[in-house]
Amino acid sequence: MNQANQTGQTKGRWRLEPRLTPNRWVVGLVSLGSVVAALVVTGVIFAAYGFNPLQAYRDILGAIFADWRGAAEVVRRAIPLLLAGVGILLALKARFWNIGAEGQILAGAVAASGVALFVPVPAPLMIPTLFIVGFLGGALWSFVPAILKVKLGVNEIITTLMMNYVALYMVQWLINGPWKGLTTRGFARSDPFPSVAELPTWGATRLHWPTLVLGLLFAIGVAFLLSRTKLGFEIRMMGESPEAARYAGVDFFRTTLLLMLIAGGAAGLAGVGEVAGIHHRLVGPDDISLGYGYTAIIVALLARGSALAAILTALFLGLVFASGDVMRVVLRLPAQMTDVISGLVLFFVICSEPLMRYTLRWVPKQESGQGANDGVNDRVGSSPPPPPTVSEPVSEGD
Amino acid sequence: MHGITKRFPGVIANDRVSLSVYPGEVHALLGENGAGKTTLISILYGLYQPDDGTMAIRGEPVRFYSPKDAMRAGVGLVAQHFMLARRHTVAENIALGLEPTPWWRPTRRLRHDIRDLGERYGLSVDPDATVAQLSAGEQQRVEILKALVRGADLLILDEPTSVLTPQEAERLFDVVARMRREGKAVIFITHKLGEVMAVADHITVLRRGAVVGSVSKHEASPAQLAQLMVGRAVEAARVTPRHDEREVILEVREVRATNRRGNEALKGTTLQLRQGEILGVAGVAGNGQSELIEVLTGMRQPTSGSISLDGRDVTAYNARQLFEAGVAHIPEDRNHTGVVPSLSVEENLVLRQYRYAPYTRNGLLDARAVAAFAKVSIEAYDIATPSPQTTTSLLSGGNVQKLILARELSGEPQLIVAAHPTYGLDVSATELTHRALIAQRDRGAGVLLVSEDLDELLQLCDRIAVIFNGHIMATLPADEATHERLGMLMAGMTDERTETAETEEGVVA
Repeated sequence: MNQANQTGQTKGRWRLEPRLTPNRWVVGLVSLGSVVAALVVTGVIFAAYGFNPLQAYRDILGAIFADWRGAAEVVRRAIPLLLAGVGILLALKARFWNIGAEGQILAGAVAASGVALFVPVPAPLMIPTLFIVGFLGGALWSFVPAILKVKLGVNEIITTLMMNYVALYMVQWLINGPWKGLTTRGFARSDPFPSVAELPTWGATRLHWPTLVLGLLFAIGVAFLLSRTKLGFEIRMMGESPEAARYAGVDFFRTTLLLMLIAGGAAGLAGVGEVAGIHHRLVGPDDISLGYGYTAIIVALLARGSALAAILTALFLGLVFASGDVMRVVLRLPAQMTDVISGLVLFFVICSEPLMRYTLRWVPKQESGQGANDGVNDRVGSSPPPPPTVSEPVSEGD
Repeated sequence: MHGITKRFPGVIANDRVSLSVYPGEVHALLGENGAGKTTLISILYGLYQPDDGTMAIRGEPVRFYSPKDAMRAGVGLVAQHFMLARRHTVAENIALGLEPTPWWRPTRRLRHDIRDLGERYGLSVDPDATVAQLSAGEQQRVEILKALVRGADLLILDEPTSVLTPQEAERLFDVVARMRREGKAVIFITHKLGEVMAVADHITVLRRGAVVGSVSKHEASPAQLAQLMVGRAVEAARVTPRHDEREVILEVREVRATNRRGNEALKGTTLQLRQGEILGVAGVAGNGQSELIEVLTGMRQPTSGSISLDGRDVTAYNARQLFEAGVAHIPEDRNHTGVVPSLSVEENLVLRQYRYAPYTRNGLLDARAVAAFAKVSIEAYDIATPSPQTTTSLLSGGNVQKLILARELSGEPQLIVAAHPTYGLDVSATELTHRALIAQRDRGAGVLLVSEDLDELLQLCDRIAVIFNGHIMATLPADEATHERLGMLMAGMTDERTETAETEEGVVA
């Protein structure tokens, strides 16, 4: 304010001001913006490989949407992302960081495989049974961290993450040991499921639609749960202010368990979809999940708390997954490019967080001092924010 | 200061405010929260630039671009929240940022000054004590010394008594009187009328950013000042203490409980509360009040002892069960415990009763029932909110407290536990809170009022219990309690000493 008066004209500057109420359109635009930013940076990487980025994107999209099968492939990838992502989003509402969807997917897959392989369920009941058992498997897997957190205060990020490895090695042990197939010629995988345990698919694609229907119902259900039910209100209270939730009398134990039953169970359903819909047997952990449980975290964060928006974000990240094959074939790029893209999306989603809480405002100002138009009355206030002496006491707490 | 105007987006914080302070004068700046007192002082101290208006010191026009400019011109500020490095000594804190400080042994030359000024103004502090060891009153003395060492002739005290015990406040008034005698000018910011009448020579009242009155103390009366400050006549709600033996509603027997750090904070606390009475709990912060409240409202489990409500043993009850049993809780931390700031006003209005009909039926929230209750509450308690869907964090402190009162008092509770219910509130919100509590008492409910404001306790209570170090020292009928007697008990002195204090007071009076 002291020095900037060289031109003497009406000037101003951009100022960050806190936004009082986050606007839904702003949230949407900022999320879209972070996706665009991620794609721009990816474009730079394409360029470094010697491709024209726009042409590369055009080629990839063209190859994916060349026929119905490609589009179906995108949706197929979105199914586990949607189920696990909406569950993560729900848990996040209560400030429960569920990094364990990957393990919950595997647990659901194992539970369903056990039934499909070894339990003679009457044919019409087989598929519903698989989903129920898979749901319980995923829920069981998430109970351990949930109980540890509420009863002992153990950090759930660590426990959910660690439970992923337990699930991973459990699957490897099963397919190398007790469940190793007799007809697999030495490959580490189980015998195929009986045909009654195969999920129907849409036409000639691999789109196992029953799981898709479950995923869409789940997203709608969670949106309803959060906005209209007592449990949803309790979850939001717990997440926004644990102290006030305690005051309000929320039962943290019961609510956290219910929440994780739902979130873990949904991830378990995703696992059922993968083994019963695609592989039709229990295969290696990397083949079952491809990291859906981790990418689902991005689905949840990008949806910014809206279960319905997660349908869109799951489709987008499904597209990223599907583009991996195309990039390898069409552009001869490593398939890990998909991880680069989703990583960048996550990066920009987190970076753009403050943009929703603040708004940029152009503040015009006319310099005072010796200027000709030193009109005292028409100066609009734009003083610098108070120096930190006032807002931050210089004291170290012990 | 003349014609100071400061606009913030959407509000005029100061509207052509003029203020003159003379050497040897204590000038009180009186106003409700949001009246513009702090903005005006921030301009005077160089933290904000005025949009309009001029300032002059000793006739010389000045303009402060930073606190450094203000200090150089002899203006010192003692902020409400102290700005001291807690791990450093008093002398080091005073040396910090002082201009002629040598880099080697910075506090060497200061010692003398500190002692000298300390004697002259009654600001005795050990220069070698670590700030963290000092009480709030002593830290405040360090802040004042800091300003005086820098040569301040005009000292601004921003709500200086909010952190002090009555005795410490008395000492501060003594310091202020000495500064006046030495020819210093003091601006004393407050919204407490009693303090104004005790220390000020001249009083300027701000309301909504503008000066609404400027009078010398001889011409002022508390009632008139309150009216100026609020903009309408204020009649302090007062309780005439009852002495009849009504039925006991709450019985706390030998309760022990630990605090957050695991140390025992309640060491066998015993008290009784009757129907239709307000029982005050007085004490210096940190003597077990918070834990007592938590134990009584189910936020903390006692380690031993018993609590019974209306004859029922409720010792092991949690927050929900106690709420159901008719215990309302007006929490200490209204913004973090009393409401969820990110939820809407209407959601916060049903924060405690959401799980019952009509708000929840078959696990589903009934938005219409919630909205209906919100409408009634907002009207009944005059909660200023743009709409029931507004995020609660946008409400002022007074309106948040009204929201909490509306919710907690809606179910005709048997017992109301109120923790510092008017802390930080302005006169009108305080008045409304007092009236609401008295109305509950008159209805027959028991009210436990924990407060650090002795005037408030004397004004509202039937009886006052004093808590010290986890024990109830004594319970006095409010009409027998005085500041001195309570202050002695709050400092942990036994009843014999209290008796002597009382006779001394009798002699003085």
